[in-house]
Amino acid sequence: MGKPAKELDVSEITKAVRRMCISANYNVPDGSIQALKKALETEESGVGREVLARILENHRIAREECLAACQDTGVAMVFVEAGQDVRFVGGELYDAINEGVRQGYRDGYLRNSVVTDPLFERVNTGDNTPAFIYVDIVPGRDVKITVAAKGGGAENMSGLRMLTPAAGVEGIKQFVVEQVANAGPNPCPPVVVGVGIGGTFDRVAVLAKKALLRSVGSHNPHPMYAKLEAELLEEINKLGIGPQGFGGRTTALGVNIEFAPCHIASLPVAVNLNCHVGPHESVIL
Amino acid sequence: MARRISTPLTDDVVKTLKAGDNVLISGVIYTARDAAHKRLVALIEKGEELPMDIRGQVIYYVGPCPAKPGMAIGSAGPTTSGRMDPYAPILMENGLKGMIGKGRRSDSVRNAMVKWNAVYFAAIGGAGALLSKCVKAADLVAYEDLGPEAIRRLTVEDFPVVVVNDAHGNDLYEQGVKEYRIK
Repeated sequence: MGKPAKELDVSEITKAVRRMCISANYNVPDGSIQALKKALETEESGVGREVLARILENHRIAREECLAACQDTGVAMVFVEAGQDVRFVGGELYDAINEGVRQGYRDGYLRNSVVTDPLFERVNTGDNTPAFIYVDIVPGRDVKITVAAKGGGAENMSGLRMLTPAAGVEGIKQFVVEQVANAGPNPCPPVVVGVGIGGTFDRVAVLAKKALLRSVGSHNPHPMYAKLEAELLEEINKLGIGPQGFGGRTTALGVNIEFAPCHIASLPVAVNLNCHVGPHESVIL
Repeated sequence: MARRISTPLTDDVVKTLKAGDNVLISGVIYTARDAAHKRLVALIEKGEELPMDIRGQVIYYVGPCPAKPGMAIGSAGPTTSGRMDPYAPILMENGLKGMIGKGRRSDSVRNAMVKWNAVYFAAIGGAGALLSKCVKAADLVAYEDLGPEAIRRLTVEDFPVVVVNDAHGNDLYEQGVKEYRIK
């Protein structure tokens, strides 16, 4: 007999999700702030520098005055890494998460941006639920919860392609750079580029999204993928799109890649974009 | 140096605006995005009156956050303009002079700006907290049922924008990329 399971009351999860929905939307992650400051020093375009300065000013105001940095406070994406030795008590996990989102968006004066039916009704649900929830079971007795507020503007500029293995590194580069070039000014550059490589049609999109949960300026632990991140960032910043698309050197603040094994016949690639705000926050319970 | 202009916009003012100009807007602007545009254009097509007179006016593509107590509005930055492209030309035909948003416009919208002498401004996407400071009042005009997508009359002071498409066919997004692209 091992140790008995750790009990975690789901009301704790509601509280954590509520707090992180608010905090993530008010506080732009430090990695993004540092990358913006660095870009302000290196940007060659005068208009571009002015835009970067205003963006940094915006992020300061949001933090100090407890305001959403962007009015698109997104759909609430909630990633749960649940230790397999944890037992949830006091209610249902998914209900508890949605209750946290409901309370957070209400109490934080955040915008409700979810509609019921995607095609015919499109009626706002009024409380930003349902959350978009991913649960992974991991070893241990901890529960890690990450909340990411995903805005629509950058999300709409995302894309996926099923390449064949022969396309290789060049094929991946071409697709990613093309995707950012086609997005142009729409996703509010400077952007953060999440790239998924491998897996399956469905899995590669989740990898690209999870890549955006890593802070800007971090690198994939695998040296070949870290090198590819750096090369892609350089290529993207040659596009000339610049801050807000007005022209300049700072089109992306970072490129984060996540990868997974895949079928012998496949090379799936997905690009998921974040704007320079990219709100996300984690906690371990 | 930014140029100060006030709304409503006259034809003469629109003609002098050039792609790349920094502009500070003061006066009244109206908020409207996807769902509100759909309703406005349906009214025009039925020959019915709009909830506001759009002649000479500026529409801001925004769905703001709720206002905290004591504030006029919550975070209020621009949304992607391209989604309003199917509706914009008919509004210009009916007298709309300016649009504020972010991102590229379609050829038909750009042609309509030249034809009807109108201008498209970009505000900084993702700077909603900063931009909310320029909004002094926000009053509901129509479509309260749409929540953040309702039409509101905003009174703004020195609201910072950049001219992207002018009435002469110029496009700042194209000019910018051309200048900074490294082959």
